[in-house]
Amino acid sequence: MCGAAEGGPSLEGVDVLKESIIQGVVVRDDLQPVGGAYVRLLDRTGEFTAEVPTSVTGQFRFFAAPGDWTLRTLAPHSTPVDRSVTASHGDVAELLITVA
Amino acid sequence: MSTRERVLVDAGWVEAHLDDEKVVLVEVDEDTSAYDKNHIKGAVRLDWKKDLQDPVRRDFVDKSAFEKLMSARGISNDDTVVLYGGNNNWFAAYAYWYFKLYGHEDVRLLDGGRKKWELDSRELVPDVADRPATTYVAKEQDRSIRAFRDEVEAAIGEQNLVDVRSPDEFAGRLLAPAHLPQEQSQRPGHIPTAANIPWSQSANDDGTFKSDDELKTLYAEAGVDFGRDTIAYCRIGERSAHTWFVLHELLDEPNVKNYDGSWTEYGSLVGVPVAVGDEPGEA
Repeated sequence: MCGAAEGGPSLEGVDVLKESIIQGVVVRDDLQPVGGAYVRLLDRTGEFTAEVPTSVTGQFRFFAAPGDWTLRTLAPHSTPVDRSVTASHGDVAELLITVA
Repeated sequence: MSTRERVLVDAGWVEAHLDDEKVVLVEVDEDTSAYDKNHIKGAVRLDWKKDLQDPVRRDFVDKSAFEKLMSARGISNDDTVVLYGGNNNWFAAYAYWYFKLYGHEDVRLLDGGRKKWELDSRELVPDVADRPATTYVAKEQDRSIRAFRDEVEAAIGEQNLVDVRSPDEFAGRLLAPAHLPQEQSQRPGHIPTAANIPWSQSANDDGTFKSDDELKTLYAEAGVDFGRDTIAYCRIGERSAHTWFVLHELLDEPNVKNYDGSWTEYGSLVGVPVAVGDEPGEA
């Protein structure tokens, strides 16, 4: 596999207008996707809300509520990476997360 | 052996028992296809939906079906069953509680589950284990660890109700954990008087359980009175099985039940009290 696919997983079959989606892809410095990383969604107080493993293509998705969130990414042999993101109803927030 | 050692094992223990025929590793995941990709050597799979739920009614498989399932998986009554899975062991803890419901003697959880195993880059294999069939005999369901809707409603203001979902689900801002679509039929909110102690507060980021002292402090500070009986619930009873494991198995608290109907049942009931917002609400 050469390089990560752009953006999160396909939205085919997802009713985006009813959801507040946060999704994206986890890569190494050289843009190689990281499968089997764990991305956790923390709410505005830092409390755990959900966690997903990334696909073989490094992708992940959450169905959040509108507001401010933090994504914490854990991958083998890496220090955790925190990223802030704002979700909006009917919209998709896309992230590219790089782990060292 | 301490209480914790009787119910929880670490990766080193599992690796030392990979070839022990009396130790059966069982993987249980929300994503039931994870096992197909790979799993810990020798592990068998339980599908929390296909294997553990009645195919028609909303209930568990009955005693004889559980006996058939165990026998087909090659699990004997005197085997040590070690459960592990993804989602920080949510469904493994659910299966643990389920094994206890049907009276299996020696059940343990792998601390940190599949996530910690993967993050530590330990070996996973695609080969499916072939365990010879057994003749398993289950006990009648132990109802002292399973709560039903009427006793949950009666527990409002009388017992500890522990809602282990995320704060946004408790308050009614989300209807499901955020890795799932939010379209649901039931009302948002929580059972009045329930304390919101998310399951995640009992675990470290790598999915391992916090120490007994940290756990005791967590529940005491959140207002859980261990002099009273306790019912834990979440959305479908898997995360609350994780908290049931903490309270009943790690902390050895008696009289703790898991309400497997949880919010998908309670939030659909007609005429019951519901609270919304971040506060527990009044009885």
